[in-house]
Amino acid sequence: MPDLAFLFGQSLSGLTAAMFLFLVASGLSLIFGVLGVLNFAHGSFYMLGAYTTYQIVQWLGRDPGSFWWAALGAAVSIAILGGLIERFLFRHLYGADVLYQLLFTYALVLILSDAAKVLWGTGQLSVSRPPGLTGAFKLWGTFIPYYNLFVLLLGPTIALLFWLLLTRTRNGRLIRAAALDREMLGALGVNVDRLYTGVFVVGSFLAGLGGALIAPVKAVVPGMDVEIIVEAFIVVVIGGLGSFWGTMLGALVYGQVLAFGILIFPRFSIFSVFALMAVVLILRPWGLLGRPLKS
Amino acid sequence: MSGLRRIPWALVLVVAALFVPALGSRFYTFVATDVAILALFAVSLNLLLGYTGLVSFGHAAYFGIGAYATGILMKKAGIPFLLAFPAAGVLAGLFALVFGFFCVRLTKIYFAMLTLAFAQIVWAICFKWNDVTGGEQGMPEIPYPDLAWMERLPLAGQLRTSDHFYLLTVVLVAACLWVLRRIVGSPFGRILTTIRENPERAEFIGVNVRRFELIAFVIAGAFAGLAGGLFGIFNRGVFPDFVYWSKSSEVLIMTILGGIGYFYGPAVGALVLLVLNQQITSYTQYWPFILGTILIVLLFAFPSGIVGALDAAARRLARPRRA
Repeated sequence: MPDLAFLFGQSLSGLTAAMFLFLVASGLSLIFGVLGVLNFAHGSFYMLGAYTTYQIVQWLGRDPGSFWWAALGAAVSIAILGGLIERFLFRHLYGADVLYQLLFTYALVLILSDAAKVLWGTGQLSVSRPPGLTGAFKLWGTFIPYYNLFVLLLGPTIALLFWLLLTRTRNGRLIRAAALDREMLGALGVNVDRLYTGVFVVGSFLAGLGGALIAPVKAVVPGMDVEIIVEAFIVVVIGGLGSFWGTMLGALVYGQVLAFGILIFPRFSIFSVFALMAVVLILRPWGLLGRPLKS
Repeated sequence: MSGLRRIPWALVLVVAALFVPALGSRFYTFVATDVAILALFAVSLNLLLGYTGLVSFGHAAYFGIGAYATGILMKKAGIPFLLAFPAAGVLAGLFALVFGFFCVRLTKIYFAMLTLAFAQIVWAICFKWNDVTGGEQGMPEIPYPDLAWMERLPLAGQLRTSDHFYLLTVVLVAACLWVLRRIVGSPFGRILTTIRENPERAEFIGVNVRRFELIAFVIAGAFAGLAGGLFGIFNRGVFPDFVYWSKSSEVLIMTILGGIGYFYGPAVGALVLLVLNQQITSYTQYWPFILGTILIVLLFAFPSGIVGALDAAARRLARPRRA
């Protein structure tokens, strides 16, 4: 039986991973909830967010606040990129079969991953932690980096902001309405096209932000796009596609299953999360907190 | 026109394909084997995609299971190809039965996701189960089947082993395609089409939709397994990549590139994509970029695929012009 301090550390690392995943997966879930499309390119936006952060930090040099500006700049650039892709390409596929929309986003994955290789090469890049958050402190025998603490606090904050946006603002109400019935909303005089672009922009922003924030703790490498999309995908499926709190729950469950799965069956921890996804899909296809889709 | 139609083109093509080794190029045989095997893989997927209207995002699972089955049986157990090849189809079909049982209970996007989840489970097992599958390193050096008897055939005497294996592949793939064609044209195939067009209505006229979907899923899985069995030998090794989701999307792209509305469409897609791949990768390492671009052009300009576009063009030419 491992001691409690160890379990605490393990669950905390799972929790930190969950917060990163939540940032990325919430955007994925938002886009699915409104547009009904699973955006494979979401992972690519995350990857580009990390690369752009690196790039802006390089440009700004050793300025102490450079990381924060870089993270913000990266998230905004990715949001703009997402908006452009939606406005000029993706929009024209709304009438097509879902399969074609899926393949379009997959084509973006292929193109963006090679574009990143051309621009930044195939080596590992790293971004240093922002000054003020470089150290660590000890709690119950576990060292916790300040940066992780920051992410642990930021995750719920963003969740709360996001939730307020969805439930307390006019745009949030429109987004929720669009998820339920697009045509009716259009008939009521709402510019649904602009709303869709807006949703894509917000979703991409979250992906870019997730990538920007992970840059100081993980190496920025090609392939991080595919890695995260599989994880984010599992998270939204477990929590419920399109369900906001479901995504949070899914991320928390995923983080813990992965953190403890490694202890219980070290070699089959990837297996355990895929198995969890399959079980959820079989028993509750719409996820733990989602609602069944209208057919 | 009707005279041209009476020629059994498929048979002509198979016979022509048998002469590829006679060109004497190792490279042509290599590409032709690749195309033949992946054509079978893509056509098997189209039984679900084009005929039954089921979007499977995890078809690579059955391809990989077939590849591992044949590979393990031939390499580790020394079982001859004659038994190891059908075993690939049977095992892949059995897995498709178990996974499909759950998948057909779900609709549309959830069906696609569950097929993907199962495929990733299979991948995780292949990736980690070192003792049986060789884990991350895969299983290199799958032996060729014993094809020495082919040397006694007329014209095939001086050929290399890889050429012999190619001839075997062409015959087996042609046989599989013939069976699939018969399935698609049978009353059973018609019911699958009915289910694609309108599952509710099919249910009303007394069709057990789930059962038919499950049968289609098993057949598609079994044939994908056969394709995988051949591919493992052709590739001289079986690796976890065979099962990974990018493989599933690759075969989806082939199928759609060729055209899902046509029986041989996916085979054409496999041919075009593989030949392009061979040509382009010799110039640049950025094949994914090109593939992505092709895909986008395809989705926007030719949604019914290459065969669909050719078919439309032919119809336009054949139609008498009115003043």
